[in-house]
Amino acid sequence: MSRPQLLSQATTALSLADVHTQSRKDPASQLSSPTSRTVSRKQSFTHFGRFLGTSESGGEDSASLKSYAPTLDARLDGESMLGDVAEDDATPAWRALSAQIERDNPFEVPAAPGDDIVSWQLQHEFDDLGSVQRDGSNEEELLELWKAKLKHFFILSASGKPIYSRHGDDQLISHYIGVAQTVISFYQGAKDPLKGFTAGDVRFVMLSKGPLNLVAISRLGESDSQLRTQLESLYMQILSTLTLPSMEKMFSNRPSTDLRRPLQGTEQLLDGLADGFTRGSPSTLLSALECLRLRKTHRSAINDTLLNVRSPNLLYGLIVAAGRLVSVVRPKKHSLHPGDLHLIFNMLFEAGSVKAGGGENWIPLCLPGFNNTGYLYMYVSFFSTNTTDKKHAESERPASAGKDDELAIVLISANKEGFFELRKMRNELVEQLEKNGSMSIIKTAIRKGHATCTDIVPGTVLRHFLYKSRGNVQFTMPSFEPHFHSMVARRKLISLYAQLHESIHSRTAHLKVQHCVAKDATALAWETPLFELYCVAGPQVIRATLAQGANRVVQWIRREEERVFIIGGAVF
Amino acid sequence: MADSSQASAPKPSSSVKLVLLGEAAVGKSSLVLRFVNNDFHPNKEPTIGAAFLTQKCHLPSRTIKFEIWDTAGQERFASLAPMYYRNAQAALVVYDVTKASSLVKAKHWVAELQRQASPGIVIALVGNKVDLCEEDGAGDTSQGGEGGEGPAVEGGEEEDDAVARKVGFKEAKAYADEESLLFFETSAKTGHNVSEVFTAIANAIPETSLKGARGAAAAAGGGGTQAAISGGAGQESSRVNLNARGEGKAQEGCAC
Repeated sequence: MSRPQLLSQATTALSLADVHTQSRKDPASQLSSPTSRTVSRKQSFTHFGRFLGTSESGGEDSASLKSYAPTLDARLDGESMLGDVAEDDATPAWRALSAQIERDNPFEVPAAPGDDIVSWQLQHEFDDLGSVQRDGSNEEELLELWKAKLKHFFILSASGKPIYSRHGDDQLISHYIGVAQTVISFYQGAKDPLKGFTAGDVRFVMLSKGPLNLVAISRLGESDSQLRTQLESLYMQILSTLTLPSMEKMFSNRPSTDLRRPLQGTEQLLDGLADGFTRGSPSTLLSALECLRLRKTHRSAINDTLLNVRSPNLLYGLIVAAGRLVSVVRPKKHSLHPGDLHLIFNMLFEAGSVKAGGGENWIPLCLPGFNNTGYLYMYVSFFSTNTTDKKHAESERPASAGKDDELAIVLISANKEGFFELRKMRNELVEQLEKNGSMSIIKTAIRKGHATCTDIVPGTVLRHFLYKSRGNVQFTMPSFEPHFHSMVARRKLISLYAQLHESIHSRTAHLKVQHCVAKDATALAWETPLFELYCVAGPQVIRATLAQGANRVVQWIRREEERVFIIGGAVF
Repeated sequence: MADSSQASAPKPSSSVKLVLLGEAAVGKSSLVLRFVNNDFHPNKEPTIGAAFLTQKCHLPSRTIKFEIWDTAGQERFASLAPMYYRNAQAALVVYDVTKASSLVKAKHWVAELQRQASPGIVIALVGNKVDLCEEDGAGDTSQGGEGGEGPAVEGGEEEDDAVARKVGFKEAKAYADEESLLFFETSAKTGHNVSEVFTAIANAIPETSLKGARGAAAAAGGGGTQAAISGGAGQESSRVNLNARGEGKAQEGCAC
């Protein structure tokens, strides 16, 4: 039984960069699944059907359309089995997704059934299936609904016991869990673990972690490594609930352990993560954090306050606004792992229970990136910033509806009885932040929300961008408004980013710049040792204009670096 | 930053540490939410760890400030429970009247409290979700046991009761009497009997326990960790403990 490599390393950076294991570094996995890249590549083709690739990557023209051609990639031997990659090959769903082109906002598509299957399905992706009636009369109908979901996650034990499924209750999915188990164990038995396969327009990716097998099933065209990152995150959530040693002990005592019992109540957290992945999260895509933009002097005033009121048993202290970090206080020798922070943010802002209670919370949790063997204790207290006007019309889970205006103070200690100590620290912190004006600065910044692209770079052609500072393991982005208002539009934007990200990071590509042209968008990915920048503009924007836009974003970041990123934070 | 109500209300005010225990999904958090905010969320997600809330309860002679630990019911949090019931002056052990196993779990909690919690702890047994048992459950039980449940036999389901009911009023009441527990059937959804539970607890807390709580806690507490927990338990402005006084000031601040 191999221990997952999630133990933290001592670093001085705020965060440790790679949360996920990069599957592409593993040649064996490629051999075992020759067709592993088929789906995402096919979708690359259809989604950006009219790309005119251009590359500036020094000789190797791997950014062009040809870079997707089988001959350039040894992994693509299986391609011929599925026929030629051509535009006609597009799945109806993805053809539909890219069908809306001649509009002002091509990413905003109408959600009428039959017109645009994936977009329509996405609206219903998070609807509850309900359960099979006692007489089984509605089973077939539920199964149809279940199959229509764009994305599934299964977690099962090595002995095949179901642990988690995002959609459908046990009765409905037991057959499918059984099939998954059979397939996985067949390859494991042959000492050639299955990493993934494709069936129709659906990509299956498997991840084995000690006593657990995790499966992602996606029709959204994500790459294997992206899906694997998502599975890693679900696995980290399970460790966060149980800790690795206690989970391993359960299974070594009784291999047929039903893990659902000890995990009871964790479904909401797993659902929150899963739905976040389905909606598409820049944070997960980039394995980076986003910070609230504040002036440098304001942020250092907040940092100083945190250090002033720090209580002796504090390990980490965070001020978090709407999923964005305002400030962090931490010991010099311990960084914060982005994967751990993602779990915390998910618990606070996606799963409703912590916030809904209206009180203060004391939560035991394991931060697997920090140390997967033991529990820490987290004090959480929420503040409202008193703005309820900004409601999104999309069909998000109600729990996350108000997350844009929530401010949380999170104090983490290894002392299980530290509640009142940390509560006292919270009170002092709030009092001092109120007194020195920082609280109202934070609230104002939260209320202002993200700046739009044109606020950042006046007159720019860019509609959206993601900028990741590699050294800080943080990213920044403008508002999704006005071009990417709906959930579907955002999902498409994230899919585009995911493809840019994949093309820059794929094992064989040594790209520095990638320029993509499609009917509905033009896009540019640009990587340097310092940063990764992904930008998207409307259709028919010429390359030079796009590049100019990108340059101006980089100039803006250079000016604003200490505002949009937390450099160092409060360290003790 | 309203300080504790000494100025506005001349009545003596004291803090009572109260813990809620019971199986997962019986409605502990919903009872607290009803009591504290007079609110109800139909699909409340499970509590993680524990939540801390405060609420005042005004009695004719005094004001009780409840400091409530709403614990998560899942098995894996059970080992943390002693931290919450230690030094508690009151406990609400909750079960779900539509789920027989939840009463079994409740009995385990009662036994554990009697064994391990402070000797004077006031325990209330609460059967929640009576709204699922049609009107008769709610109507009858509001009398606090006097109302007839008809030909109910202990342990059995009453035939004219709703199908949903799995724990008979009499059965639970008999058990509560045997163990000298307060007993109520409630509905966090409708609010039925919720404030009555807390008022009854407030009334049942002996005066001596209020005065002596601090001393008892200090005596029992073996070390700093104990003090950290008890520090929030019984803050009163008449405190003489210097150490606690500073804490108390800060805590009163935004507890509500």
